[in-house]
Amino acid sequence: MSASTPALTPRQVTRRRRADAVRRSWASFRSHRSGLFGLALLTFFLLVALLAPLLADGEGLEVTKATGGVLESPGSGGYVLGTDENGRSIVTLLIWGSRISLFVGLLATVISMVIGTLVGLMSGFFEGWPARILYRVTEWFLVIPFIPLAIVLATVLGRSLINIVIVIGITGWASTAMLIRSQTLSIKERPYVERARVLGAGRWHQMSRHVLPNVMPMVFANTTLTVALAILAETTLSFLGLGDPTRVSWGSMLEDAFDVGAMTTGAWWYIVPPGVCVVLVVLAFTLVGQALEEIFNPRLRGR
Amino acid sequence: MTDLAAQGADAAHTPATVGRRRSYGRYVLGKVLGSAGSLAFVLVLGFFLFRVLPGDPARTLGRGRFRTEAQLEEFRATYGLDQPLPQQFLTYLKNTFSGDLGVSLRYRVPVSDLILDRLWPTLLLVGIATLLATVIGVYLGVISAWNRGKATDKVTTGTTLTLYSMPEWWLGLLLIAAFAVGMGPLPGIFPTGGLHSVDAEPGTIGYVGDTALHLVLPVLTLVLVYLADFSLIMRSSLLDEIGEDYLTTARAKGLRDVVVRRRHAVRNALLPTTTLIALSIGFVVSGAITVETVFSIPGLGLLATEALTIPDYWVLQGTFLVTSAGVILANLLANLVYGLLDPRVRS
Amino acid sequence: MSAVPETALSERTEPLLDLRDVTVTYRTSEGPLPAVRGVNLTVAPGQVVGLAGESGCGKSTLVSTVLRLQPSGAKVEGEVLVLGQDVQTVGWGALRALRWAEASIVFQGALHSLNPVQRIGAQIAEPITVHEPDLGDAAVQRRVEELLEQVGLPGARKRAYPHQLSGGQRQRVMIAMALACRPQLIVADEPTTALDVMVQAQILDLLRDLVRDLGVGLLIISHDLSVLADVCDRVLVMYAGRVVESGTAAQAFTDPLHPYTAALSGAFPRIGDPAARYAPAGLAGDPPDPRELPPGCSFAPRCPRAVDRCTEAEPPLLEVAPGRPVACIRVGEP
Repeated sequence: MSASTPALTPRQVTRRRRADAVRRSWASFRSHRSGLFGLALLTFFLLVALLAPLLADGEGLEVTKATGGVLESPGSGGYVLGTDENGRSIVTLLIWGSRISLFVGLLATVISMVIGTLVGLMSGFFEGWPARILYRVTEWFLVIPFIPLAIVLATVLGRSLINIVIVIGITGWASTAMLIRSQTLSIKERPYVERARVLGAGRWHQMSRHVLPNVMPMVFANTTLTVALAILAETTLSFLGLGDPTRVSWGSMLEDAFDVGAMTTGAWWYIVPPGVCVVLVVLAFTLVGQALEEIFNPRLRGR
Repeated sequence: MTDLAAQGADAAHTPATVGRRRSYGRYVLGKVLGSAGSLAFVLVLGFFLFRVLPGDPARTLGRGRFRTEAQLEEFRATYGLDQPLPQQFLTYLKNTFSGDLGVSLRYRVPVSDLILDRLWPTLLLVGIATLLATVIGVYLGVISAWNRGKATDKVTTGTTLTLYSMPEWWLGLLLIAAFAVGMGPLPGIFPTGGLHSVDAEPGTIGYVGDTALHLVLPVLTLVLVYLADFSLIMRSSLLDEIGEDYLTTARAKGLRDVVVRRRHAVRNALLPTTTLIALSIGFVVSGAITVETVFSIPGLGLLATEALTIPDYWVLQGTFLVTSAGVILANLLANLVYGLLDPRVRS
Repeated sequence: MSAVPETALSERTEPLLDLRDVTVTYRTSEGPLPAVRGVNLTVAPGQVVGLAGESGCGKSTLVSTVLRLQPSGAKVEGEVLVLGQDVQTVGWGALRALRWAEASIVFQGALHSLNPVQRIGAQIAEPITVHEPDLGDAAVQRRVEELLEQVGLPGARKRAYPHQLSGGQRQRVMIAMALACRPQLIVADEPTTALDVMVQAQILDLLRDLVRDLGVGLLIISHDLSVLADVCDRVLVMYAGRVVESGTAAQAFTDPLHPYTAALSGAFPRIGDPAARYAPAGLAGDPPDPRELPPGCSFAPRCPRAVDRCTEAEPPLLEVAPGRPVACIRVGEP
């Protein structure tokens, strides 16, 4: 602004402005107590998932190499949280299960966000019948109940890790698309985009330089919330037996626990810990997502 | 003054009521067409999922069932899978509209009969749970929004967020362990599953009571998880209203705070909540499917999850079509009610 | 003169609204924010008083104290007397009884100040049923129709929703609503902002007629001095939370003593005034941040007449001529 500032290229200005925005966002995130709690929780689970091979021997997952007794209660035989019906340590299962749950949740979210953001941007930015059709399709997807659709898809596609990712990804994009669409619609009408339009900016330029950067923060916040839902979905589908049968996830642990009737035999250590892990991770993503939403959407401030 | 009065009178020449009725008609038409579109979409999706996506449906559908090529051919012929896709689609449409959803591979009875048989438990479960979750959730949302930032709000929001983060069937498992099996010295007071006791006599008062007793835990499960959802929705729509100027006007008029809250803020916040809750009905139905599985309630959900293991494709297709259609219709109903409640959509 | 009974005399002289040294401070996370600083103001029956100033000068905060509608984080000092009662200290019951029945407000922005999903008739009837619970339903409805007709709308419009009305019509509804309980004092907060010029004039005419016919006291807030000059008996000009000048409407508009008033009156060109046309006066800069007021006169940094002395001490509001208090040390200087 002032004469003393060395001349910057527009790109440098932009980059500097974005860096500032990130710094400001982080500053207001830090003052957000529930968001910080969520972030701490999240970091913990991410570390556990990443460091799983160091925390627990992967051989502990193999039924044939299990050393414990059947459904040993916590504490006995040196198993902190007891064992499952095959004599495997629950703690080992939990640690390795976190990998699958987080992996599926994150990857499925990536798919959802890519589809949702693209559809939302296009149906919001463009006019005419293609945009209207995109909007309609989004609306249709929005009302279809998730579990029946996911069950059908998972059955038809077959049970594998990547298929469950695809199933969750392509059933969960509609609400994101709706959100991005409404954001796009409002940004499109802002004076600076109109100015760019009047100055002859092409659609691609308007979209990539003006609309997208402004929608991104909301996409980011929404992503975090979507991960929470995707992890819940993974757990539920695995519980219904639609997950990859060769891998342990929190959902598949609960499926096994249900199949052996753990809740009627009083084997609470087989049911409670995986569920608590799910609740904590989902809660963590939700808290972080809500905090981000408040930071990026000033209308929600002070809640 | 005279010209002012004339100007005002001019505005009154269009009878507002007629215009409103016409515009509500247009709103209804729009919503009905939208829902019809959704239904058509579900139909097409059903066809796509079961006949196109599997590649060779006969092979996928009869996975592990057919040993010889002849059996496969016979299967294809029976279900018209040997015909070209457009022809298949027409047959599919004709059959679906005439209520022919195929025959269950497991039970060997028409899928439509199975579904009719299993529809009521699900309707009962979803209906009661949605109603209770809405009432309690909205109430909690009001309490927590009105006390935002205070201890009440923090406790309510914390609890609801935790409940919101739970897979509903997991909560169901915990409730079974605690209240049906019994925990420590606590004896189990509720049945662990099913909809009736074996010895219950249909048509008696005892039968109704018995069913109610069986429904307590599954309904509680769904209510706890979805009241959390609805209370968060209501909280945020009420917070949207709380800053609004018309509430200051109401307070300036000399109204008590409770009246300002009830007559203005809450009533207005309920409007957006209606549509959002309507959109959540799909989630409640999804939740009911897993909860039925956990509590072995013979509804559509259990039918679908049992069909998974076979896999009983026509049952899966039927439950998919019926639950989707049900959710779309419930949604339409909620939107029509919303149109009646909010004068703004009518113009 | 002696024939006039004493009570009647005292009734006539007691102001409807009497603000005595009112100070409003907001508690914020970045420290206290003084929005209003020591304002004195009275409105007598049948009198129209105007309050002018840029947005953010504390006008709206001052209005909110009249019916104790200020946000909970605001601390109000001084006395806010409405018909002799200090609204800031009376009990809640008495306050509710006083609200709207004795004094009412025509809020800024009629679109947002009306409940969007209630019929306007119901909204006008609401205070009547609160304050006159014995009145029958039919009588209330009749009053609603009368009120609408009084502001130039047909009674049948009571069935309309706010979004079905034009901006001017909504403002009329707000005025009808303010009249609902026949209050003695009406406060109009920016009643003509966001209306086009023709409608603005109609609304101002309406307000003036009501004061003449009903004998109420009216306090009008506006950022537009020309609006006030048209309808007011007296005008007060506020800057940075303080009153910097007051006088009759004509004096303030055509013979401003404070440089800020001069800038305000110059900000709205008068038709047919060649001087205004060729030298459009404006005011550079923005009002100061109330948390960091400049030393001395708050207006000094923007003042075309400022000298070094101006930054030494806040100039007191001194009566430089009868009925003309001004807070400027350079009044009368060349």
